[in-house]
Amino acid sequence: MAELHTLTITQAHEKLKKKEITSEELVRACIKRIESVDKNFNAVVHRNFERALIEAKKVDTKNVFNHPLTGIPYLTKDVYCEEGVPTTACSNMLQNDPTSSASGGLHGASYVPPFDSTTTKRLKNVGAISLGKTNTDEFTMGASTETSCYGVTKNPWDTTRVAGGSSGGSAAAVAADECMFALGTDTGGSIRQPASFCGCAGMRVTYGRTSRFGVMSMASTLDTIGALTKSTEDYAVVLGAIAGRDPLDGTTGDQPVPDYRAGLQKSIKGLRIGLPKEYFIEGIHPEVEKAVRDAAEVLKKLGALIVDVSLPYTKYAVATYYVLCPCEVSSNMARYDGIRYGHTVKSADNLVDYYHQVRSEGFGPEVKRRIMIGTYALSAGYFDAYYRQAQKVRTLIKQDFDAAFQKVDLLLSPVSPHTAFTIGANSADPVAMYLEDVFTVAQVMAGIPAMSVLCGFAKSVTPSTVEGLPIGLQIMGPQWGEEMILRAAHAYEGATEWQRRKPAL
Amino acid sequence: MPSLTPAQVRHIAKLARLNLDDAEVEKYAKELTNILGYIEMLQEVDTKGVEPTAQVTGRANVLRDDVIWETPIAEPDALLATSPLPIVEHQIQTPSAHG
Repeated sequence: MAELHTLTITQAHEKLKKKEITSEELVRACIKRIESVDKNFNAVVHRNFERALIEAKKVDTKNVFNHPLTGIPYLTKDVYCEEGVPTTACSNMLQNDPTSSASGGLHGASYVPPFDSTTTKRLKNVGAISLGKTNTDEFTMGASTETSCYGVTKNPWDTTRVAGGSSGGSAAAVAADECMFALGTDTGGSIRQPASFCGCAGMRVTYGRTSRFGVMSMASTLDTIGALTKSTEDYAVVLGAIAGRDPLDGTTGDQPVPDYRAGLQKSIKGLRIGLPKEYFIEGIHPEVEKAVRDAAEVLKKLGALIVDVSLPYTKYAVATYYVLCPCEVSSNMARYDGIRYGHTVKSADNLVDYYHQVRSEGFGPEVKRRIMIGTYALSAGYFDAYYRQAQKVRTLIKQDFDAAFQKVDLLLSPVSPHTAFTIGANSADPVAMYLEDVFTVAQVMAGIPAMSVLCGFAKSVTPSTVEGLPIGLQIMGPQWGEEMILRAAHAYEGATEWQRRKPAL
Repeated sequence: MPSLTPAQVRHIAKLARLNLDDAEVEKYAKELTNILGYIEMLQEVDTKGVEPTAQVTGRANVLRDDVIWETPIAEPDALLATSPLPIVEHQIQTPSAHG
């Protein structure tokens, strides 16, 4: 029998249902895995093992495994509030664990929320077991987890490289079989890019498909809640459990949630798939381009029609994003003032001085950069030139996609122009780090779903590794089009064998 | 090409309630100028007659009934307990607003 931690959700569920294994055994297998390998790449930042074992025993006692997530252990990005579990956004603003590797020298304790996010609550209600928290860039601001107060998450395929970000901890944890699945967030690519770098399945859903309640927000009109999984089928299972209208998040839509898993079985014959020429530009790594074009061929053999399309405003997406996102950041981060939660100082002259001291000590450099860019762009005299203009360009980018989806059902591109980069490669140049998002922010402007699917390995980048580095195929769909994306991804996975490969740890 | 002077960076930091020392002011002036230099490309886009997009859900004014939930999401005292500051009579005692 395969080692338990390597199972997918659907495989583990079958075994639980047939009483071949217990939830406690599954949870123990993942705990053992985390304890033996996580020191190599630093994906897990809070361990909640005692409570996980208690919950698993409860599930086993109840002995009803009707839902495919009952008794399934998972990890959560460190921005999802869970009642009684430290949740720190990997920021010194919220963490003060004397045993952690982060240096803070803070007063008080790490933030422990007294409530659950809607997503973790929905998972709890179906009996999924939370094992702890995964690493992220500070307040999800970054593309490499290098801005985390707990240090970088390394790539399980090559530990000299980043796992990507901001959901890098979740991606590494899934790739290394530390859990059955992990939750992430995607504001500008933070699920798709780490999924691509680590070889997981990861989708950014339609904005409003899942609830943002109880998840620490970076940019409220752009943030989305999703997962990273070992297979597309697993993604369909998780999305089915977390999607849908939430009265606590007014931006969630009341569109019915389809049976995503059942939808996987439908044929992709006749599906029209577009290759946007703006995503196959100079500078893209040749092995990445080849893998994506090969994937298009695979889909063509399965009956899809491949056509060329154009999204002319693509080149303005990163600039638009890096106006709108920091503007929302500067507003969202105002809540971290040391009053209701978080970092505090003892020697403030008055309230305004207290705010200054708390925020200067609590926030790291990337958070400060975004707050200041946003503050500047929103200040009197600059608002129209930056924020208003960016909102208008956002309209044009959205219209690009509206027009493309008149002609095709799905779009295909790389997730990133390259594979995982070396740790530290972009640290000194904020603009270079922002350009990491070059293929993952236009979708955000349009609010459409897009998924990363493992579509090959680049061997030339790291000849010393066994497999090379994973390459992510991006499949984009129209608003609320998750079911069609999952169907195409599942068909692709069925026709290829990339997923069977595992990092040598 | 817009560039930020050290004086402008100090002003922005003050608005954002951040203290910066001289070395940080110099570092951020350079970095923020580079970022502004990059986003400057938006100025070349002709947006005459284009409506701005604030959100894409198509929803507006989502309302709910004005009813108190029987089970609150969290108890008020539990929410106060996360404050690092002293709690006095169910209120947070902050440093003085008057200095």
